Amino acid sequence: MEKEKNIMEEIAEANKSVTRGVDEKEIEHWVTIYIMGEEYKVPAALTIMQAMEYAGYKFVRSCGCRAGFCGACSTVYRKKGEYKLQTAMACQTRVEDGMYLVQIPFAPAEKAIYDINKEQYDVSVFFKYYPEIARCVSCNTCTKSCPQNLEVMDYVQAAIKGDFASVAEGSFDCIQCGLCAMRCPADIVQYHLAQLARRMYGRYGSPEEKNAKKRVKEIEKGEFNKEFDRVMSLSIDELKNLYTEQQKTREVY
Amino acid sequence: MAELKFIGGYPEYMRESIKLVEKTRPKRIGKLPPQMSPEEKEEILASYHPDYTPGGKRDIKIGPNKGDIAPNEVVDLLEAYPVIDPEEIDLSRVDYEPDILIIGGGLAGTSAALLANDYGVPAEKILLVNKLRHGDANSMMAQGGTQAADRPQDNPVIHYIDGLGGGHFTNKPDVLRALTEDAPQVIQWLEKLGAMFDKEPDGNFTELTGGGTSRRRMHACRDYTGLEELRVLRDEFRNRKIPVLEFYPAIELITSSENRVAGALLWGSETREYKVVKAKATILATGGFGRLHIRGFPTTNHYGATCDGVVLAYRVGAKLRDTDTVQYHPTGAAYPQQIIGLLLTEKLRTSGAQPVNKDGEAFVFPLEPRDVEASALIRECYARDKGIITPTGMRGIWLDTPLINVIHGKGRIEHSFPAMVRMFERFGVDMVKDPVLVFPTLHYQNGGVETDPQGKTNIEGLFVAGEISGGVHGKNRLMGNSTLDCMVFGRRAGMNSAEYVKSVKSNGKLTLEHVKKYVNMLEEAGIKPGRKAPILFPEYRGKAVLARMIDVPLLNKEK
Repeated sequence: MEKEKNIMEEIAEANKSVTRGVDEKEIEHWVTIYIMGEEYKVPAALTIMQAMEYAGYKFVRSCGCRAGFCGACSTVYRKKGEYKLQTAMACQTRVEDGMYLVQIPFAPAEKAIYDINKEQYDVSVFFKYYPEIARCVSCNTCTKSCPQNLEVMDYVQAAIKGDFASVAEGSFDCIQCGLCAMRCPADIVQYHLAQLARRMYGRYGSPEEKNAKKRVKEIEKGEFNKEFDRVMSLSIDELKNLYTEQQKTREVY
Repeated sequence: MAELKFIGGYPEYMRESIKLVEKTRPKRIGKLPPQMSPEEKEEILASYHPDYTPGGKRDIKIGPNKGDIAPNEVVDLLEAYPVIDPEEIDLSRVDYEPDILIIGGGLAGTSAALLANDYGVPAEKILLVNKLRHGDANSMMAQGGTQAADRPQDNPVIHYIDGLGGGHFTNKPDVLRALTEDAPQVIQWLEKLGAMFDKEPDGNFTELTGGGTSRRRMHACRDYTGLEELRVLRDEFRNRKIPVLEFYPAIELITSSENRVAGALLWGSETREYKVVKAKATILATGGFGRLHIRGFPTTNHYGATCDGVVLAYRVGAKLRDTDTVQYHPTGAAYPQQIIGLLLTEKLRTSGAQPVNKDGEAFVFPLEPRDVEASALIRECYARDKGIITPTGMRGIWLDTPLINVIHGKGRIEHSFPAMVRMFERFGVDMVKDPVLVFPTLHYQNGGVETDPQGKTNIEGLFVAGEISGGVHGKNRLMGNSTLDCMVFGRRAGMNSAEYVKSVKSNGKLTLEHVKKYVNMLEEAGIKPGRKAPILFPEYRGKAVLARMIDVPLLNKEK
C-alpha cells in the first residue's frame, strides 16, 4: 500500500512544473524576451506560451488547445538585430533569446456563405466566392508565414486551375490560424478558400462510400434489434464470457 | 548539473538506450507479448492505476451525489462557492432570448446546433456560446479516429460488446446502444458534408483497430481526425448563420419559477460584464476536466477543460455518475519538456508501434484497453525500474515508432501522422528514425452528468452532450468513442431539444434561487468559503510573479 502511494507522489513531483507553474529556483538557463516591447527574463526551456505565463500573463484569449491543433495562439516575432519578421504558434515554439513578440488573437477575414449541396464542382466555385485569388502575385509570403509549413501559394495556384485534389491535399493540415491571410499583399483569404475546396473535394471528388450507407439502411430496418435485445438481457457473467470470446476473434492491423 | 551533449534531439545517455531498442527491433516484428487475462488485468489495475491505488479521492459531501467518491480536484470544485452573489445580479434585463442555448462549441455543441436547425428551429433562435473561440475544444485535438461498425465483418452489437467490456460492464446500456447504433449514420453525415476521411481506392473507408476493439472500425483523417470533423461542422454552422458568442463563459445556469433550467448567466472575459440568456432549452456541451491535473498528472486537454459544466449542472441538482474514474491515456509525451503530457495517438500503436523499456524489451501487448495499458507503463517505470529518466526527472517508456515504416513500408509514418511528426520535429526529435518517450497522461473524464439516450438530464430543460456526460463509457472509454459520443449525443440533444421547445409555452420568472440554496447546503455541511468555482482557466503563472501579485481596480464602478 505504502509503496503505491509513493509512486503517485513521485509522478506528481516529476510533473509539477507542467501542472503547477514554473518555480524560478529550479531554473538554470535563462533567455531575455520582449512581450509587446517589454523585457522579461524567462526560463530557456519553455515555449513562448509557457514563457508568457511565467512572466505573469494569464491567457483569456490567444490560447486554445496548447498542442498545435487549434490555431488560437498565432504569434508574430522579430529577433533582435534581424530584419526578418517571423510567425509561429506560441504553444509549439521554444523561446529564443531576443525575441520581440506579439500575438494575433483574431483574423478579420471574410468567409464565403455557400450551400454545399448546390455548388458546381468546378473552378467557377472558387472565382464565385473568392475572386481575389486572381490577384495572386506568387510572392510566396503566405507559404513563408505558415506555421504548419504548408505550400500555401501552390494550393492557391491549384485553385486558380480548378485542381480540387491538389488544394485539398495540400491544405489538409491547415489549422486555420489565419496568418497567411494577414500577411497576403493581395488580400486573399487562403485558409477559407482551402476549407471550401476540401469540403467540395470530400463531397464530390472521391468515389462514394458503400458500407456505411448499407449499414444505415439495415439499422433503420431494425435488423439488429433482435440481437441487441438478446445481448442486453444477458447477465453480467454471460456478458463477460461473450466479451472474452469476442476479443479472441480480434482482427489484427 | 553538467551540460548535456545532445545528438538528434536526445541527450547522449538516452542514445545508449535507443541503441538497445534498435538492436531488438527486428526480433520484435510480429512477436507481441500476449494479451492479459481478466485476472491479470484486475491485478495490474489495482496496483498501478491512479484510480485504483489509494489516495487522491474523497466523498462528495453535498448534493444529489452525496456519498459518492470523486477525485479530490473534482470534489474541491463541487464544494466551492459561486463566483457571483445572486443578490447583485439583475435578471429582469434579458440580453438574449433564443429557444435553444448551447454552451460549448466543440463537436457536441456544434452538432447540436446543426441538428436543432435541421429539425425546425430557425438559426436566429439558436445561440452557441463559448469560453474561448468556437472550436477551441478537445474535439479539435482528437487524432486517432471515430468508431463506426459499418464493415460487413462488423456490426453495432459487436461494437456494443467491445464498449461494454472496455467500460468494465458499468456502462449505461441504453445510451451505449444509441452510441453504437447511430455511429454509421454519423459517418455518413460527415461524408455528405464533405469531411475527408482516409479512403481506399474503391471509395470505402480505410479502417483500423484500437485498444480493446475487436474489429477494424476506426475512421480517421490522417492524425487530424477531430480537426477535420470539427472544421467541417463549424464551416457548415457558419454557412447557416447561426448566432455565436465567443469569450463569454457561462458562470451559472438560470432556473425559472417553474422549477426548470431557463438559460444561463454569461461573463465577458474581455469586458467583465455579465449577460443574461433566457432560453427554453439549454444544452451543456462544455467538455471535460483535464486541466484539473488530477493526481498531479500532465494532460492532453485544451486550456479550457476545467469541469465548469459539471459544476453548473450539479448546482441545479443534476445527477452525476461514474465520478470515481478518470482516463489516463497510456502514451503522452514525456520528452522533450515543451510537450510533456501532449497526446501521441493510439493509432500509432494500431499501426505497429510498440512500447519498449530501457533495455529494448517489449513488455506489454500494445493494444490493451487504455487503463490496463497505462498501468503497465507505470509498473515498468516505477516498480520494475525499467523506464528511461529524462533530464527533468520524468520517467518514460520508448514508443518504437520507426517500426511502423518497417512494417508498412517507407513513408507510412509521414503520410499517416503528419501532426505527430511535425510536433516532434519542432522540438528537434525525428520520430521516423528514432523512438519517442511516453508516459501516461490525463486524457478524459469518463463520468459526468447522467443522461438518457435523448441527451436529457433529470432536470427539466437541461440537456447534455459529449464529455460532460457520464454513462455511455462506464468506467473506461475506448479509443474512437469520444468524437463519436460528441456527435451522436450532440445530434440527439439538438434534435430532441428542438422537439422539446415546441412544448414550452413560457419560461416563468428567471431566478438564481438554486444558487442560494446551494450556498446554504455548503454552509450547513460546514464547508468554509474561500474556494470558488467555476474556475474557467487553470493557473500556470510563474511562482515568483504570483507571490507579488495584487489587484488594483482600474476604474471605480459607480453604484
